[in-house]
Amino acid sequence: MNILLILPVLVPLTAAVLCMLAWNSLRVQRILNVMGATLLLVSGLLLLRSIWQNGIQAAQMNAWPAPFGITLVADLFSAMMVGITGVIGIAVAVYSLATIDRERERFGYYPLFHILLMGVCGAFLTGDLFNLYVWFEVMLMASFVLMALGGERAQMEGAIKYVTINLVASAMFLAAVGMLYGIVGTLNMADLAQKLRAAPRMDLLTTIAILFLVAFGIKAAVFPLFFWLPASYHTPPVAVSAIFAGLLTKVGVYALIRVFTLLFVQDVAYTHTLILALAGLTMITGVLGAVAQNEFRRILSFHIVSQIGYMIFGLGLFTTTALAGSIFYIVHHIIVKTNLFLVSGVVHRIGGTYELKKLGGLYSARPALSILFLIPALSLAGLPPLSGFVAKFTLVRAGLESQSYVLVATALAVGLLTLFSMTKIWAEAFWKEAPASLEVMPALSSSEPDVSYWLLILPIASLALITILIGLAAEPIYVLASRAAQQLIDPAEYIQAVLGRR
Amino acid sequence: METVLAFVIGGLYAAGLFTMLRRNIVRLVIGLGLLGHAANLLIFTIAGLTRARPPLISESVTNPEALADPMPHALILTAIVIGFAVQAFALVLIYRVIQTVGTDDLDDMKATDR
Repeated sequence: MNILLILPVLVPLTAAVLCMLAWNSLRVQRILNVMGATLLLVSGLLLLRSIWQNGIQAAQMNAWPAPFGITLVADLFSAMMVGITGVIGIAVAVYSLATIDRERERFGYYPLFHILLMGVCGAFLTGDLFNLYVWFEVMLMASFVLMALGGERAQMEGAIKYVTINLVASAMFLAAVGMLYGIVGTLNMADLAQKLRAAPRMDLLTTIAILFLVAFGIKAAVFPLFFWLPASYHTPPVAVSAIFAGLLTKVGVYALIRVFTLLFVQDVAYTHTLILALAGLTMITGVLGAVAQNEFRRILSFHIVSQIGYMIFGLGLFTTTALAGSIFYIVHHIIVKTNLFLVSGVVHRIGGTYELKKLGGLYSARPALSILFLIPALSLAGLPPLSGFVAKFTLVRAGLESQSYVLVATALAVGLLTLFSMTKIWAEAFWKEAPASLEVMPALSSSEPDVSYWLLILPIASLALITILIGLAAEPIYVLASRAAQQLIDPAEYIQAVLGRR
Repeated sequence: METVLAFVIGGLYAAGLFTMLRRNIVRLVIGLGLLGHAANLLIFTIAGLTRARPPLISESVTNPEALADPMPHALILTAIVIGFAVQAFALVLIYRVIQTVGTDDLDDMKATDR
């Protein structure tokens, strides 16, 4: 059994347990927090390297042979997602040190953070549909508490919406899993893939597929099920917003891609066309919502929705190039979006507000920070030579190859609107004169930034650097993404890795 | 028996959704609970109802009719435990919401939507 498959779950679990054991010592918890995140990144990268070299790998828990036991599987897609989770984990872990207040730290912020990471990694690695449900619940439970921790009024209002909609989605997911088991009699994804491909085309299966689409669509914030996201993501502390924005909806997207490449490919003409339509509508509504907003984090939240559309777009096209584009887009988006949220936190620290109207003058006060905002912002809009350009380019090319010109036009127009709303943030918060009503910026009045300021800047600068690197040296990531896409399109290797030779 | 259970499940879903659509957040949580129960019963029914059959049989018995599938029960048990934890959390959450916001009316909780 390959230990590397279990480490991404085991490391955060250990970190969380040790943090809980050191409940009274915040210093120990902080050290454990950074150490745990570092080890997670290392184990994620090791896993990625191992999968790249040796192909898809599976581990049977308790040595129960598949399809009877719980299987952990890592193909390139999973391994890439785990690796990127490690990157975001360490960035936000460092950022948290400087931004999470003592009260939240004392009530278990660090253990919850690592349990969240564990749930995310578990969802990426599991090869069993019911187990996926369990990992979703682990992740959700941690996110519920992180969302509500602190008990501010806005947080409470955001949490009640977030919790409700996610529980409805989970109930739907559970029902769909149960129905699928009733028909096929197995929940191991590789086994399901084999049996569903051999099964005659059934309308009931399409119904179940749509139930999965709705359940994961809610979690991924796909049109028309996205309204909970902009209502809740801006309420918790910015470190929590950042990790939610970077990872949680992407777990939903991951589940959609997994389920609609591995399991439900009987009725591609119906399901994947539906996904295409949803993708277009998601892009448009998300970006229009963002254009209408005037609050830093709410603009970013709406942009998550619009970007989800791009990822689903590649799934809907259902070609190797398109899926490679989707995977590339997810990797790019996780880094860029987390980074933008981290920058918004620094802006809030300097200006004391997220309202763009009340902000201003940041470029003359903090030029370096402004550049660090500009890099992910332009990358999000898809300007070359940043990572967003390559991601969008791949998707657009795949769209042209599949002759879905309307959606390609939509994607390009949405890119333009994205640029528009990013320049709005730039013009309002960074470029224009500081408004007279703006109170003396506390962090600006002191000429020497303190240590905690560098704890904020370090993750932001690193993530910005990664964005540039992905943009400049897109080749290796693209090769990785297209190999991952090939594995998704042709699941023979996946099935064989799990079930062995038959 | 399946027919009866199908109606019970449908009733639970309907009741759960209806309760969730009320403005009172206590009802919201009750509705969520009902939805969970409906999903559990759905798994129970759809996986096949069997009566008085053991889940474990000796190797010599080859007739699959003699066996009850233990899998759905394991699934439901897990789902019940998760549902229990989530319900407990939701109850604490709405208690805190009522304390912080000062109302149990969902229509007064629209500040974060604007």
